[in-house]
Amino acid sequence: MKDHPITRRDFIKRAGAATAASAFPLTVVEMAFADPSQRFTFAHISDSHIQHVQGSEFVRNWDRGLIRAVAEANLLTPKPDFVIFGGDLAQLGTKEELDHGAEMLSRLKYKTHCVLGEHDYYLDLGEYWSKLFGPHYYSFDHKGVHFVVLNSILTTDEWTHKKWPTPMHRMIEMAGLDNPNGSPFMVGEKQREWLRKDLENVSKTTPVVVFSHSPIQKLYKGWNFWTDDAEQVQALLQPFEKVTVIYGHVHQIQYNQIGNITFQSVMATAWPWPYPQSYAHAKHAMPKLTVPMNRADPFFERDATGWQFVDMESGRVVVEYNLYNNTNRVVAYNPATRQPEDRVYQNPAKRIPPQNHY
Amino acid sequence: MTRKHILIAAAAIALVGSAASLWIRADEFTKKDLARWQNEFMSVVKKGRELWTSPKLGTKGVACAQCHPNAANTHPETYPKFQKQLGRVATLREMFNWCLMNPLEGKPLALDDPRMIAMEAYATYERRGVPLAPGKH
Repeated sequence: MKDHPITRRDFIKRAGAATAASAFPLTVVEMAFADPSQRFTFAHISDSHIQHVQGSEFVRNWDRGLIRAVAEANLLTPKPDFVIFGGDLAQLGTKEELDHGAEMLSRLKYKTHCVLGEHDYYLDLGEYWSKLFGPHYYSFDHKGVHFVVLNSILTTDEWTHKKWPTPMHRMIEMAGLDNPNGSPFMVGEKQREWLRKDLENVSKTTPVVVFSHSPIQKLYKGWNFWTDDAEQVQALLQPFEKVTVIYGHVHQIQYNQIGNITFQSVMATAWPWPYPQSYAHAKHAMPKLTVPMNRADPFFERDATGWQFVDMESGRVVVEYNLYNNTNRVVAYNPATRQPEDRVYQNPAKRIPPQNHY
Repeated sequence: MTRKHILIAAAAIALVGSAASLWIRADEFTKKDLARWQNEFMSVVKKGRELWTSPKLGTKGVACAQCHPNAANTHPETYPKFQKQLGRVATLREMFNWCLMNPLEGKPLALDDPRMIAMEAYATYERRGVPLAPGKH
Protein backbone atom coordinates (compact mmCIF):
# COMPACT_ATOMS: atom_id res chain seq x y z
CA MET A 1 0.00 0.00 0.00
CA LYS A 2 1.29 3.35 -1.01
CA ASP A 3 1.37 6.03 1.58
CA HIS A 4 -1.12 8.67 0.68
CA PRO A 5 -1.47 11.74 2.84
CA ILE A 6 -4.84 13.02 3.88
CA THR A 7 -6.02 15.21 1.08
CA ARG A 8 -7.92 18.37 1.62
CA ARG A 9 -10.51 19.76 -0.66
CA ASP A 10 -11.44 23.38 -0.49
CA PHE A 11 -14.75 24.13 -1.96
CA ILE A 12 -15.57 27.79 -2.05
CA LYS A 13 -19.21 28.78 -1.95
CA ARG A 14 -19.23 31.92 -3.98
CA ALA A 15 -22.42 32.07 -5.98
CA GLY A 16 -25.15 34.51 -5.08
CA ALA A 17 -22.89 37.47 -5.67
CA ALA A 18 -25.53 39.90 -4.41
CA THR A 19 -25.19 38.52 -0.89
CA ALA A 20 -22.00 39.10 1.03
CA ALA A 21 -19.69 36.78 -0.89
CA SER A 22 -16.89 37.17 1.60
CA ALA A 23 -19.14 35.81 4.35
CA PHE A 24 -19.44 32.36 2.74
CA PRO A 25 -17.56 29.76 4.72
CA LEU A 26 -15.12 27.36 3.17
CA THR A 27 -16.45 23.85 3.07
CA VAL A 28 -13.65 21.45 3.68
CA VAL A 29 -13.90 17.71 3.21
CA GLU A 30 -11.02 15.63 4.47
CA MET A 31 -10.61 12.06 3.37
CA ALA A 32 -7.95 9.39 3.33
CA PHE A 33 -7.66 6.85 0.53
CA ALA A 34 -5.71 3.67 0.24
CA ASP A 35 -5.53 4.01 -3.49
CA PRO A 36 -5.97 7.47 -4.96
CA SER A 37 -6.84 6.01 -8.36
CA GLN A 38 -10.06 4.66 -6.87
CA ARG A 39 -11.24 8.12 -6.07
CA PHE A 40 -13.13 10.67 -8.09
CA THR A 41 -15.90 13.18 -7.60
CA PHE A 42 -19.09 14.18 -9.34
CA ALA A 43 -21.81 16.75 -8.71
CA HIS A 44 -25.52 15.97 -8.47
CA ILE A 45 -28.12 18.64 -9.24
CA SER A 46 -31.82 17.80 -9.27
CA ASP A 47 -35.46 18.92 -9.32
CA SER A 48 -35.29 22.40 -10.79
CA HIS A 49 -38.96 22.48 -11.82
CA ILE A 50 -38.41 25.28 -14.35
CA GLN A 51 -41.88 26.76 -14.70
CA HIS A 52 -43.10 28.76 -17.66
CA VAL A 53 -45.27 31.80 -16.93
CA GLN A 54 -45.82 33.21 -20.42
CA GLY A 55 -43.79 34.48 -23.35
CA SER A 56 -40.19 34.57 -22.23
CA GLU A 57 -41.09 34.71 -18.51
CA PHE A 58 -40.35 31.84 -16.11
CA VAL A 59 -40.89 31.62 -12.34
CA ARG A 60 -37.91 33.59 -11.03
CA ASN A 61 -37.50 31.66 -7.78
CA TRP A 62 -37.01 28.25 -9.47
CA ASP A 63 -34.73 29.75 -12.14
CA ARG A 64 -32.48 31.18 -9.44
CA GLY A 65 -32.12 27.77 -7.79
CA LEU A 66 -30.76 26.12 -10.93
CA ILE A 67 -28.62 29.09 -11.93
CA ARG A 68 -26.98 29.05 -8.51
CA ALA A 69 -26.32 25.30 -8.51
CA VAL A 70 -24.76 25.45 -11.98
CA ALA A 71 -22.61 28.46 -11.05
CA GLU A 72 -21.40 26.81 -7.85
CA ALA A 73 -20.72 23.45 -9.50
CA ASN A 74 -18.56 25.27 -12.06
CA LEU A 75 -16.45 26.63 -9.19
CA LEU A 76 -15.61 23.21 -7.75
CA THR A 77 -11.96 22.50 -7.12
CA PRO A 78 -10.88 19.88 -7.95
CA LYS A 79 -13.22 19.60 -10.89
CA PRO A 80 -15.81 16.85 -10.78
CA ASP A 81 -15.57 14.14 -13.45
CA PHE A 82 -19.18 14.71 -14.47
CA VAL A 83 -22.55 16.08 -13.33
CA ILE A 84 -25.77 14.16 -12.86
CA PHE A 85 -29.02 16.00 -13.31
CA GLY A 86 -31.58 14.00 -11.31
CA GLY A 87 -34.84 14.79 -13.15
CA ASP A 88 -37.78 17.21 -13.02
CA LEU A 89 -35.93 19.82 -14.99
CA ALA A 90 -39.35 21.17 -16.06
CA GLN A 91 -42.59 21.70 -14.12
CA LEU A 92 -45.09 20.78 -16.85
CA GLY A 93 -42.81 19.19 -19.46
CA THR A 94 -43.29 21.86 -22.13
CA LYS A 95 -40.80 22.63 -24.86
CA GLU A 96 -40.34 26.13 -23.42
CA GLU A 97 -39.49 24.78 -19.97
CA LEU A 98 -37.18 22.00 -21.22
CA ASP A 99 -35.40 24.36 -23.61
CA HIS A 100 -34.93 26.99 -20.91
CA GLY A 101 -33.67 24.37 -18.44
CA ALA A 102 -31.36 22.80 -21.04
CA GLU A 103 -29.89 26.20 -21.76
CA MET A 104 -29.08 26.70 -18.08
CA LEU A 105 -27.60 23.20 -17.81
CA SER A 106 -25.51 23.82 -20.93
CA ARG A 107 -23.47 26.30 -18.89
CA LEU A 108 -22.02 23.43 -16.86
CA LYS A 109 -18.39 22.95 -17.79
CA TYR A 110 -18.60 19.18 -17.37
CA LYS A 111 -20.15 16.21 -19.10
CA THR A 112 -23.75 15.99 -17.85
CA HIS A 113 -25.86 12.82 -17.56
CA CYS A 114 -29.60 13.35 -17.21
CA VAL A 115 -32.30 11.38 -15.40
CA LEU A 116 -35.93 11.64 -16.48
CA GLY A 117 -38.51 12.91 -13.96
CA GLU A 118 -42.29 12.70 -14.10
CA HIS A 119 -42.55 16.46 -14.69
CA ASP A 120 -40.40 16.04 -17.83
CA TYR A 121 -42.30 13.01 -19.06
CA TYR A 122 -46.07 13.05 -18.80
CA LEU A 123 -46.83 15.74 -21.39
CA ASP A 124 -45.38 13.96 -24.46
CA LEU A 125 -44.06 10.77 -22.77
CA GLY A 126 -40.50 12.01 -22.87
CA GLU A 127 -40.29 12.66 -26.58
CA TYR A 128 -38.92 16.20 -26.50
CA TRP A 129 -36.75 15.45 -23.46
CA SER A 130 -35.13 12.63 -25.48
CA LYS A 131 -34.30 15.00 -28.32
CA LEU A 132 -32.41 17.17 -25.84
CA PHE A 133 -30.84 14.59 -23.55
CA GLY A 134 -30.94 11.14 -25.19
CA PRO A 135 -32.31 7.77 -24.05
CA HIS A 136 -34.64 7.41 -21.05
CA TYR A 137 -32.43 4.74 -19.46
CA TYR A 138 -28.82 3.71 -20.03
CA SER A 139 -25.61 2.73 -18.30
CA PHE A 140 -21.96 3.77 -18.45
CA ASP A 141 -18.68 2.83 -16.82
CA HIS A 142 -16.33 5.29 -15.21
CA LYS A 143 -13.07 4.55 -13.38
CA GLY A 144 -14.11 1.08 -12.31
CA VAL A 145 -17.66 1.97 -11.27
CA HIS A 146 -20.72 0.81 -13.19
CA PHE A 147 -23.34 3.59 -13.37
CA VAL A 148 -26.96 2.90 -14.29
CA VAL A 149 -29.56 5.56 -15.07
CA LEU A 150 -33.13 4.30 -14.71
CA ASN A 151 -36.45 5.76 -15.78
CA SER A 152 -38.36 4.95 -12.59
CA ILE A 153 -41.34 7.28 -13.11
CA LEU A 154 -43.31 5.09 -15.52
CA THR A 155 -46.72 3.87 -14.47
CA THR A 156 -49.43 1.52 -15.75
CA ASP A 157 -50.45 1.66 -19.42
CA GLU A 158 -54.06 1.99 -18.28
CA TRP A 159 -53.29 5.26 -16.54
CA THR A 160 -50.84 6.61 -19.11
CA HIS A 161 -53.12 5.89 -22.06
CA LYS A 162 -56.42 6.75 -20.42
CA LYS A 163 -58.66 8.88 -22.62
CA TRP A 164 -57.22 12.17 -21.42
CA PRO A 165 -58.91 15.30 -22.83
CA THR A 166 -55.39 16.56 -23.68
CA PRO A 167 -51.82 15.44 -22.87
CA MET A 168 -51.59 18.49 -20.57
CA HIS A 169 -54.46 17.09 -18.47
CA ARG A 170 -52.36 13.95 -17.89
CA MET A 171 -49.30 16.07 -17.07
CA ILE A 172 -51.18 18.19 -14.54
CA GLU A 173 -52.70 15.15 -12.81
CA MET A 174 -49.23 13.63 -12.34
CA ALA A 175 -47.61 16.95 -11.41
CA GLY A 176 -49.66 17.41 -8.21
CA LEU A 177 -47.62 15.62 -5.55
CA ASP A 178 -50.60 15.04 -3.25
CA ASN A 179 -53.09 14.51 -6.05
CA PRO A 180 -55.05 11.27 -5.51
CA ASN A 181 -55.69 11.09 -9.28
CA GLY A 182 -51.98 10.44 -9.96
CA SER A 183 -50.58 6.92 -10.24
CA PRO A 184 -47.73 5.01 -8.53
CA PHE A 185 -44.32 5.11 -10.21
CA MET A 186 -42.66 1.97 -11.52
CA VAL A 187 -39.63 0.84 -13.51
CA GLY A 188 -41.66 -1.75 -15.38
CA GLU A 189 -40.99 -5.21 -16.75
CA LYS A 190 -39.30 -4.16 -19.99
CA GLN A 191 -36.72 -1.99 -18.25
CA ARG A 192 -36.15 -4.55 -15.47
CA GLU A 193 -35.28 -7.08 -18.16
CA TRP A 194 -32.90 -4.55 -19.71
CA LEU A 195 -31.32 -3.99 -16.28
CA ARG A 196 -30.95 -7.72 -15.68
CA LYS A 197 -29.09 -8.08 -18.99
CA ASP A 198 -27.05 -4.92 -18.38
CA LEU A 199 -25.82 -6.26 -15.05
CA GLU A 200 -25.09 -9.76 -16.39
CA ASN A 201 -21.57 -8.84 -17.47
CA VAL A 202 -20.74 -6.78 -14.41
CA SER A 203 -18.59 -8.46 -11.79
CA LYS A 204 -20.23 -8.77 -8.37
CA THR A 205 -17.31 -6.89 -6.84
CA THR A 206 -17.67 -3.92 -9.20
CA PRO A 207 -19.25 -0.97 -7.39
CA VAL A 208 -22.67 -0.19 -8.88
CA VAL A 209 -24.30 3.24 -8.62
CA VAL A 210 -27.89 3.64 -9.80
CA PHE A 211 -29.48 7.01 -10.50
CA SER A 212 -33.26 7.16 -10.47
CA HIS A 213 -35.78 9.91 -10.04
CA SER A 214 -38.11 8.19 -7.58
CA PRO A 215 -36.75 6.24 -4.60
CA ILE A 216 -36.34 2.57 -5.52
CA GLN A 217 -37.94 1.82 -2.14
CA LYS A 218 -41.40 2.27 -0.67
CA LEU A 219 -41.52 5.24 1.71
CA TYR A 220 -44.86 7.01 1.30
CA LYS A 221 -47.30 6.20 -1.47
CA GLY A 222 -49.45 9.33 -1.01
CA TRP A 223 -46.71 11.56 -2.45
CA ASN A 224 -45.16 8.91 -4.70
CA PHE A 225 -42.07 8.64 -2.46
CA TRP A 226 -42.43 5.19 -3.89
CA THR A 227 -41.62 2.81 -6.72
CA ASP A 228 -44.21 0.08 -7.13
CA ASP A 229 -41.79 -2.62 -8.32
CA ALA A 230 -39.01 -1.52 -5.93
CA GLU A 231 -38.50 -5.05 -4.53
CA GLN A 232 -37.98 -6.52 -7.99
CA VAL A 233 -35.41 -3.86 -8.91
CA GLN A 234 -33.68 -4.28 -5.54
CA ALA A 235 -33.49 -8.05 -6.13
CA LEU A 236 -31.45 -7.41 -9.29
CA LEU A 237 -29.05 -5.17 -7.34
CA GLN A 238 -28.64 -7.14 -4.09
CA PRO A 239 -26.06 -9.66 -5.45
CA PHE A 240 -23.51 -6.85 -5.85
CA GLU A 241 -21.23 -6.10 -2.92
CA LYS A 242 -21.37 -2.33 -3.16
CA VAL A 243 -24.56 -0.81 -4.50
CA THR A 244 -25.75 2.77 -4.10
CA VAL A 245 -29.05 4.18 -5.34
CA ILE A 246 -29.14 7.97 -5.58
CA TYR A 247 -32.58 9.44 -6.21
CA GLY A 248 -34.29 12.82 -6.54
CA HIS A 249 -38.02 13.54 -6.43
CA VAL A 250 -38.29 13.90 -2.64
CA HIS A 251 -36.71 17.39 -2.30
CA GLN A 252 -35.16 16.48 1.05
CA ILE A 253 -32.35 14.52 2.67
CA GLN A 254 -33.13 10.82 3.13
CA TYR A 255 -30.84 7.85 3.50
CA ASN A 256 -31.37 4.18 4.16
CA GLN A 257 -29.74 0.77 3.92
CA ILE A 258 -31.56 -2.33 2.65
CA GLY A 259 -29.27 -5.36 2.49
CA ASN A 260 -26.34 -4.46 0.25
CA ILE A 261 -28.06 -1.38 -1.14
CA THR A 262 -27.34 2.08 0.21
CA PHE A 263 -30.01 4.65 -0.61
CA GLN A 264 -29.33 8.37 -0.64
CA SER A 265 -31.66 11.09 -1.83
CA VAL A 266 -30.73 14.51 -3.14
CA MET A 267 -32.27 17.91 -2.53
CA ALA A 268 -34.09 20.08 -5.04
CA THR A 269 -32.81 23.36 -6.38
CA ALA A 270 -36.41 24.64 -6.62
CA TRP A 271 -38.17 24.15 -3.26
CA PRO A 272 -38.02 21.74 -0.32
CA TRP A 273 -40.74 19.29 0.70
CA PRO A 274 -41.97 18.43 4.18
CA TYR A 275 -41.21 14.94 5.46
CA PRO A 276 -44.24 12.64 5.10
CA GLN A 277 -44.53 12.41 8.89
CA SER A 278 -45.58 16.06 8.90
CA TYR A 279 -48.83 15.04 7.22
CA ALA A 280 -50.95 13.85 10.14
CA HIS A 281 -52.81 11.26 8.04
CA ALA A 282 -49.85 9.72 6.20
CA LYS A 283 -49.10 6.04 6.68
CA HIS A 284 -45.43 6.16 5.86
CA ALA A 285 -42.34 4.00 6.24
CA MET A 286 -39.62 6.62 6.40
CA PRO A 287 -36.15 5.22 7.17
CA LYS A 288 -35.42 5.52 10.90
CA LEU A 289 -31.77 6.01 9.99
CA THR A 290 -32.38 9.41 8.39
CA VAL A 291 -31.61 12.42 10.53
CA PRO A 292 -34.09 14.85 8.96
CA MET A 293 -33.02 18.16 7.53
CA ASN A 294 -34.32 21.32 9.16
CA ARG A 295 -37.74 22.66 8.29
CA ALA A 296 -37.35 25.41 5.70
CA ASP A 297 -37.61 29.04 6.70
CA PRO A 298 -39.95 30.49 4.06
CA PHE A 299 -38.41 33.93 4.52
CA PHE A 300 -35.18 32.61 2.99
CA GLU A 301 -36.07 31.73 -0.57
CA ARG A 302 -33.26 29.22 -1.05
CA ASP A 303 -33.38 27.68 2.44
CA ALA A 304 -33.51 23.87 2.39
CA THR A 305 -32.79 23.79 -1.34
CA GLY A 306 -29.37 23.00 -2.75
CA TRP A 307 -27.28 20.49 -4.65
CA GLN A 308 -24.79 17.74 -3.89
CA PHE A 309 -21.11 17.21 -4.19
CA VAL A 310 -20.31 13.49 -4.29
CA ASP A 311 -17.01 11.79 -3.54
CA MET A 312 -16.63 8.22 -4.83
CA GLU A 313 -14.49 6.68 -2.15
CA SER A 314 -13.50 3.09 -2.93
CA GLY A 315 -16.81 2.44 -4.62
CA ARG A 316 -18.95 4.06 -1.90
CA VAL A 317 -20.40 7.55 -2.04
CA VAL A 318 -19.73 10.40 0.34
CA VAL A 319 -22.46 12.96 -0.26
CA GLU A 320 -21.98 16.54 0.80
CA TYR A 321 -25.31 18.36 0.85
CA ASN A 322 -24.78 22.02 0.00
CA LEU A 323 -27.39 23.72 2.13
CA TYR A 324 -27.55 27.40 1.31
CA ASN A 325 -28.86 28.77 4.61
CA ASN A 326 -27.83 25.97 6.95
CA THR A 327 -24.60 24.20 7.76
CA ASN A 328 -23.72 21.68 5.05
CA ARG A 329 -24.23 18.03 5.89
CA VAL A 330 -22.14 15.04 4.86
CA VAL A 331 -23.67 11.58 4.70
CA ALA A 332 -21.33 8.67 4.03
CA TYR A 333 -21.33 4.89 4.25
CA ASN A 334 -19.80 3.74 7.52
CA PRO A 335 -18.07 0.38 7.00
CA ALA A 336 -18.19 -0.33 10.75
CA THR A 337 -21.99 -0.14 10.96
CA ARG A 338 -22.57 -1.05 7.29
CA GLN A 339 -24.97 1.82 6.71
CA PRO A 340 -24.94 5.46 5.57
CA GLU A 341 -24.59 7.95 8.41
CA ASP A 342 -24.41 11.68 8.88
CA ARG A 343 -20.83 12.46 9.82
CA VAL A 344 -21.84 14.97 12.50
CA TYR A 345 -25.50 14.59 13.42
CA GLN A 346 -25.96 10.80 13.45
CA ASN A 347 -25.01 10.80 17.10
CA PRO A 348 -28.08 12.22 18.94
CA ALA A 349 -25.80 13.93 21.48
CA LYS A 350 -24.29 16.05 18.67
CA ARG A 351 -27.60 17.40 17.44
CA ILE A 352 -28.74 21.00 17.88
CA PRO A 353 -32.44 21.73 18.64
CA PRO A 354 -34.14 20.47 15.48
CA GLN A 355 -36.43 22.60 13.33
CA ASN A 356 -38.89 19.73 12.97
CA HIS A 357 -41.20 19.18 10.04
CA TYR A 358 -44.78 18.94 11.32
CA MET B 1 -97.99 50.06 35.55
CA THR B 2 -99.64 48.45 38.58
CA ARG B 3 -98.38 45.32 40.20
CA LYS B 4 -101.30 43.41 38.65
CA HIS B 5 -100.38 44.58 35.19
CA ILE B 6 -96.82 43.46 35.69
CA LEU B 7 -97.97 39.96 36.65
CA ILE B 8 -100.21 39.75 33.59
CA ALA B 9 -97.36 40.91 31.34
CA ALA B 10 -94.99 38.37 32.85
CA ALA B 11 -97.54 35.60 32.36
CA ALA B 12 -98.05 36.65 28.75
CA ILE B 13 -94.32 36.58 28.09
CA ALA B 14 -94.03 33.15 29.67
CA LEU B 15 -96.93 31.87 27.55
CA VAL B 16 -95.48 33.25 24.31
CA GLY B 17 -92.05 31.94 25.26
CA SER B 18 -93.24 28.42 25.90
CA ALA B 19 -95.30 28.49 22.71
CA ALA B 20 -92.22 29.56 20.73
CA SER B 21 -90.14 26.85 22.33
CA LEU B 22 -92.37 24.27 20.68
CA TRP B 23 -90.61 25.20 17.43
CA ILE B 24 -87.16 26.39 18.53
CA ARG B 25 -85.05 24.63 21.12
CA ALA B 26 -81.68 26.27 21.21
CA ASP B 27 -80.00 23.31 22.88
CA GLU B 28 -81.20 20.43 20.73
CA PHE B 29 -79.57 19.52 17.40
CA THR B 30 -81.33 17.21 15.00
CA LYS B 31 -79.36 14.74 12.88
CA LYS B 32 -80.42 16.79 9.91
CA ASP B 33 -78.85 19.90 11.47
CA LEU B 34 -75.59 18.10 12.07
CA ALA B 35 -75.46 16.73 8.55
CA ARG B 36 -76.17 20.14 7.07
CA TRP B 37 -73.51 21.87 9.14
CA GLN B 38 -70.92 19.24 8.29
CA ASN B 39 -71.78 19.57 4.60
CA GLU B 40 -71.49 23.36 4.81
CA PHE B 41 -68.08 23.01 6.46
CA MET B 42 -66.83 20.40 4.00
CA SER B 43 -67.95 22.47 1.03
CA VAL B 44 -65.71 25.28 2.34
CA VAL B 45 -62.84 22.80 2.92
CA LYS B 46 -63.29 21.67 -0.69
CA LYS B 47 -63.18 25.27 -1.87
CA GLY B 48 -60.02 25.71 0.22
CA ARG B 49 -58.39 22.67 -1.40
CA GLU B 50 -59.24 24.10 -4.84
CA LEU B 51 -57.58 27.40 -3.91
CA TRP B 52 -54.61 25.58 -2.35
CA THR B 53 -53.89 23.77 -5.62
CA SER B 54 -54.88 26.63 -7.92
CA PRO B 55 -52.24 28.19 -10.18
CA LYS B 56 -54.50 31.27 -10.35
CA LEU B 57 -54.29 32.36 -6.71
CA GLY B 58 -50.99 34.15 -7.35
CA THR B 59 -49.78 35.75 -10.56
CA LYS B 60 -47.10 33.31 -11.81
CA GLY B 61 -48.87 29.95 -11.77
CA VAL B 62 -47.29 28.83 -8.48
CA ALA B 63 -49.70 27.04 -6.11
CA CYS B 64 -49.58 26.62 -2.31
CA ALA B 65 -49.57 22.82 -2.73
CA GLN B 66 -46.28 22.93 -4.63
CA CYS B 67 -44.39 23.42 -1.34
CA HIS B 68 -47.12 22.29 1.07
CA PRO B 69 -48.66 19.02 -0.18
CA ASN B 70 -51.71 18.20 1.94
CA ALA B 71 -51.00 21.54 3.66
CA ALA B 72 -48.13 19.79 5.47
CA ASN B 73 -45.61 21.96 7.35
CA THR B 74 -48.22 24.66 7.96
CA HIS B 75 -49.00 23.37 11.50
CA PRO B 76 -52.20 25.40 12.10
CA GLU B 77 -52.36 24.08 15.69
CA THR B 78 -49.34 26.21 16.67
CA TYR B 79 -50.89 29.60 15.80
CA PRO B 80 -50.98 32.30 16.96
CA LYS B 81 -47.26 32.17 17.64
CA PHE B 82 -44.20 34.37 17.69
CA GLN B 83 -42.75 34.64 14.18
CA LYS B 84 -39.13 35.59 14.54
CA GLN B 85 -39.13 36.87 10.96
CA LEU B 86 -41.92 39.37 11.76
CA GLY B 87 -40.79 40.06 15.32
CA ARG B 88 -44.29 39.58 16.76
CA VAL B 89 -47.04 37.09 17.43
CA ALA B 90 -48.86 36.36 14.17
CA THR B 91 -51.80 34.28 12.98
CA LEU B 92 -51.84 31.53 10.39
CA ARG B 93 -53.83 33.80 8.06
CA GLU B 94 -51.01 36.36 8.12
CA MET B 95 -48.58 33.61 7.15
CA PHE B 96 -50.86 32.60 4.27
CA ASN B 97 -50.71 36.22 3.13
CA TRP B 98 -46.94 36.21 3.37
CA CYS B 99 -46.81 33.24 0.99
CA LEU B 100 -49.41 34.83 -1.28
CA MET B 101 -47.25 37.93 -1.63
CA ASN B 102 -43.87 36.21 -1.92
CA PRO B 103 -43.58 32.79 -3.59
CA LEU B 104 -46.98 33.29 -5.28
CA GLU B 105 -46.23 36.93 -6.18
CA GLY B 106 -49.89 37.84 -5.61
CA LYS B 107 -51.93 40.24 -3.51
CA PRO B 108 -52.75 39.59 0.16
CA LEU B 109 -56.35 38.71 1.04
CA ALA B 110 -58.45 40.46 3.70
CA LEU B 111 -58.26 38.32 6.83
CA ASP B 112 -62.04 37.70 6.64
CA ASP B 113 -62.09 37.12 2.88
CA PRO B 114 -64.12 33.95 2.17
CA ARG B 115 -61.10 32.57 0.26
CA MET B 116 -58.89 33.10 3.29
CA ILE B 117 -61.44 31.33 5.51
CA ALA B 118 -61.65 28.49 2.98
CA MET B 119 -57.86 28.00 2.94
CA GLU B 120 -57.74 28.05 6.73
CA ALA B 121 -60.57 25.52 6.81
CA TYR B 122 -58.63 23.27 4.40
CA ALA B 123 -55.26 23.49 6.17
CA THR B 124 -56.90 22.95 9.57
CA TYR B 125 -58.95 20.02 8.28
CA GLU B 126 -55.76 18.34 7.04
CA ARG B 127 -54.42 18.67 10.64
CA ARG B 128 -57.57 17.29 12.29
CA GLY B 129 -56.87 15.20 15.35
CA VAL B 130 -53.61 16.96 16.24
CA PRO B 131 -53.64 18.56 19.74
CA LEU B 132 -53.51 22.35 19.99
CA ALA B 133 -50.03 23.66 20.68
CA PRO B 134 -50.20 27.47 20.49
CA GLY B 135 -46.81 29.15 20.32
CA LYS B 136 -44.95 25.94 19.45
CA HIS B 137 -41.87 26.04 17.21
